[in-house]
Amino acid sequence: MSLLNLTIAQASAALAAKKFSAVELTAAHNAAIAALNPRLNAYITTTPELALAQAQAADARIAAGTATPLTGIPLAIKDLFCTAGVRTTAASKILEPFIPPYESTVTRQLLEAGTICLGKANLDEFAMGSSNITSGYGPVENPWKRNGSDAKLVPGGSSGGSAAAVAARLALGATGTDTGGSIRQPASFTGLAGIKPTYGRCSRYGIVAFASSLDQAGPMARTVEDCAILLGAMAGFDPHDSTSAERAVPDFTAATGRGVKGLRIGIPAEYRMDGMSGEISALWEKGVAWLREQGAEIVDISLPHTKYGLAVYYIVAPAEASSNLARYDGVRFGKRVDGEDLIDMYERTRAAGFGPEVKRRIMIGTYVLSHGYYDAYYLKAQKVRNLILRDFNNAFEKVDAILTPTAPSAAFGLGEKMDDPVTMYLNDVFTVPASLAGVPAMSIPAGLSAEGLPLGLQVIGKHFDEETVFAVSAALERAAGFTALPSVRAE
Amino acid sequence: MSLDSATVRRIAKLARIRVDDAEVGVLQTELNAILGYVDQLNEVNVEGVAPLSGGAQMAMRLREDLVTDGEQAENILANAPDRVGQFFAVPKVVE
Amino acid sequence: MAYSLEGKTGTWEVVCGLEIHAQVISESKLFSGASATYGGAPNAHVSFVDAGFPGMLPVINRECVAQAVRTGLGLKAQINLVSRFDRKNYFYADLPNGYQISQFDHPIVGTGDVEIELQDGTIKHIGITRLHLEQDAGKSMHDQHASKSVIDLNRAGVALMEIVSEPDIRSPEEAGAYLRKIRQILRYLGTCDGNMEEGSMRADVNVSVRKAGEDFRTRCEIKNVNSVRFVMHAVEAEALRQIEVWESGGEVRQETRLYDPARGETRSMRSKEDAHDYRYFPEPDLLPLVLEEEFVARLKAKLPELPDEKRRRFCDEYAIPFYDAGVLVAEQATADFYESVAKGRDARLVANWISGDFFAAMNRTGRSIENPPVSGAALGELIDLISDKTINGRIAKDVFEEMVETGAMPGAIVEAKGLRQVTDTSAIDAAVTQVLAANPDKVAEYKSGKDKLFGFFVGQVMKAMQGKGNPALVNEAVKAQLG
Repeated sequence: MSLLNLTIAQASAALAAKKFSAVELTAAHNAAIAALNPRLNAYITTTPELALAQAQAADARIAAGTATPLTGIPLAIKDLFCTAGVRTTAASKILEPFIPPYESTVTRQLLEAGTICLGKANLDEFAMGSSNITSGYGPVENPWKRNGSDAKLVPGGSSGGSAAAVAARLALGATGTDTGGSIRQPASFTGLAGIKPTYGRCSRYGIVAFASSLDQAGPMARTVEDCAILLGAMAGFDPHDSTSAERAVPDFTAATGRGVKGLRIGIPAEYRMDGMSGEISALWEKGVAWLREQGAEIVDISLPHTKYGLAVYYIVAPAEASSNLARYDGVRFGKRVDGEDLIDMYERTRAAGFGPEVKRRIMIGTYVLSHGYYDAYYLKAQKVRNLILRDFNNAFEKVDAILTPTAPSAAFGLGEKMDDPVTMYLNDVFTVPASLAGVPAMSIPAGLSAEGLPLGLQVIGKHFDEETVFAVSAALERAAGFTALPSVRAE
Repeated sequence: MSLDSATVRRIAKLARIRVDDAEVGVLQTELNAILGYVDQLNEVNVEGVAPLSGGAQMAMRLREDLVTDGEQAENILANAPDRVGQFFAVPKVVE
Repeated sequence: MAYSLEGKTGTWEVVCGLEIHAQVISESKLFSGASATYGGAPNAHVSFVDAGFPGMLPVINRECVAQAVRTGLGLKAQINLVSRFDRKNYFYADLPNGYQISQFDHPIVGTGDVEIELQDGTIKHIGITRLHLEQDAGKSMHDQHASKSVIDLNRAGVALMEIVSEPDIRSPEEAGAYLRKIRQILRYLGTCDGNMEEGSMRADVNVSVRKAGEDFRTRCEIKNVNSVRFVMHAVEAEALRQIEVWESGGEVRQETRLYDPARGETRSMRSKEDAHDYRYFPEPDLLPLVLEEEFVARLKAKLPELPDEKRRRFCDEYAIPFYDAGVLVAEQATADFYESVAKGRDARLVANWISGDFFAAMNRTGRSIENPPVSGAALGELIDLISDKTINGRIAKDVFEEMVETGAMPGAIVEAKGLRQVTDTSAIDAAVTQVLAANPDKVAEYKSGKDKLFGFFVGQVMKAMQGKGNPALVNEAVKAQLG
């Protein structure tokens, strides 16, 4: 039995049945990482000894009968989650030496459930990107290849390392964060399931902030059920985060079995954009058919401000980021470049520590907040953001969930879409509106492109109604029967 | 609206990022492309629409006034690039 | 008479408004659970939130909110049931996040009103524009190391209230009176200790000058002035500087300045100029602060009596002059002490004793109202001894000094030293006879019209009786015997 090609649910059952130990499971993953990570660069930092120690504790817990469904499950942790005693870089050179003395709430809850940390997964620097090429620690290679081609493709971003690790069988699941699509788009590019829960469902405490009003943690895994199991442990109220919702965590796993009979599924006209590839719209049609066949009612809806989502996002997110990243000044943590005086030290430290995309976004964010431009850009964007929220609220009076494609294309090649920043930003066109509205949204692998690359569909739900999102996603997953595997993977 | 190079330099100064002359030109082009893209928001009629600043739609919770943190100067200073005793240290500031 | 300054081109009026930063009394910081206590080893009262570590988030302290509301109520101000926090962005070594969490356009408290009293007894109203909550920064020290500045974040994140006045202040005296009044109100409310030396209260002073009837001219802001006296000096120094600029044909530039107490002048802080684009925007880590009406009502119900109301009540209830009442209510503890002694006694006599001998003894012995030179009970007993004529006022002063020195109760002192007042008229008559007999020349002078000598005879009689004679009876007897 391969210890790598399992779902979390399968591994959990096997661990409980003592078919193998957590130590064996972890050692197999450690070995797979040692073999493949030098090529894929999915992890910035690996923690094999820590993982084995945690696996031993997990085995003891399983033996003692106090295990949870996640005890002994090896995970990749996006290197945006602060992990006590384990270097946390946010894929930025400016945090190269940073070892947090504290644990993020989400990873603490996962550790308490008994998961194993295999290492810190690569990402776009400070989660700013859609391809993982902005990482200060090198790009991540997508384990998937186009038919008959060995060209390197991007895994998507920003949670590209998490996506590549899970797809290439270097972890059973991973944590990601999603600000404008950073879980859903890489999930779509690597044939995984991934959910961005409702804003406020998972604590942001201890997650390096990119854009505070948008950032949400969520799981990435091979199945919808695995995501449900992971989210169950990651979610929950945290008094350390003022934006954390004081709500009980529902049984997400149970929700995956609900089915879609009688559910009303909205199909937004505005997502049918000019230039959308034929295979993406065909897949979308297929998704509609699958849900209809399982008893859902399909409803045409309108989300009129969809096309403005990206423009709003590329004002709001950089504005918040420009402020959130002011703390990287070489004074209390991270890397410092000496200067003649304090200001010189700041400017040299930040010039050397931040990569070009981060600098671009800080600059844009600083500009749109600056005197004389605030109203024209930031305030305007906030108002349009409200209109986007209203669009969703209006739609959800008529439907229970919304179905769209996750991304406008399959994974693209390293070096493509680099002409100018805007071309790259267009990747997020379908994922950004749900982020702006704060509603939950999930990507599930639904098929392959003509070139043999995975394509994802996105299910968007009402605030705090992840259960319906899981129910619809699981129904699509069952119908799609996606079983393809990436060509680069550990066996 | 479009940025001139002096504005790019001013913004870089505000953001405390050193940029050299070559970077100013590149940034100017890139930032103008982004600003050009977001200008489409001018099409949207937002009359009477309140700005939405946060992702969460609830009122703020208040914490009780208890001392639950602190007394860990070593942890606070452990990552400091430079320190003098129990203080963080920076190049001398002349006021 | 209104304050004005004479220049070469005529008379100038001073226009001034204050932004007072008052440290909120609370156990922990505004957005973290670290101690808000002053002092401590460097970086001891610091959480990762205060130090701006990656992923750290602010969570607001209920008590700091309550303190701001209490203060707003004390300033007779509008309480805004919905307010919001914003980030004020700038880089400085002691500002860990690179931004200060403050309230920009939706403060927790809106317009209010404060009454000040001037030397000549005039009452003037100063408008309050707003009060908002914000975090304090840490402290940079530049003299601890030859080539480095060092940073202590113990203050970083401590709650401050910024109280902004309208430009209603027209003189250094008014500026001083306003600052003192705000400090008094905050101390009464228990929302700020008002200790300017430790920096728990400091003021930014906005000053401009104008000719009569003009609109406001350009103002300058003098940052971080840390005593009432310095505020008063700074207003005058800055006004004089501006008058000179205008009168020499120049233009006052809007800028931030610093007051130098050693030189008694203000100077420009040009270094801060380029950092003036604060890029305020709503703090996305916090939600709107929404207060329940009931929360405010509960705080209002428990608000202590404030100095203005107390002063008026003292005048009515104890029939003491307005000025004296002002002295007694200056500090809440003094007012409480006064009331504890005055209840059921001659309240006016008690007021005189406290503002006279009692304060003098307190200053002389370096004690405080919390640790008084004589207890309220002891002072009350002394007053009783005066009122029931056991001792006279003259003896009472001696007894009081004895009380301060030994801590003994007045009754015991009177008994032990035999200081009871003599009301026996035959003893008094005898003493008067004796004194008149000993001073025949003075008696002759008196009788030839030198009325002033009456006091001399009374004094001599009292002296002969070791001060114990009942003053009224002594007066009577002297008058009778002198014919």
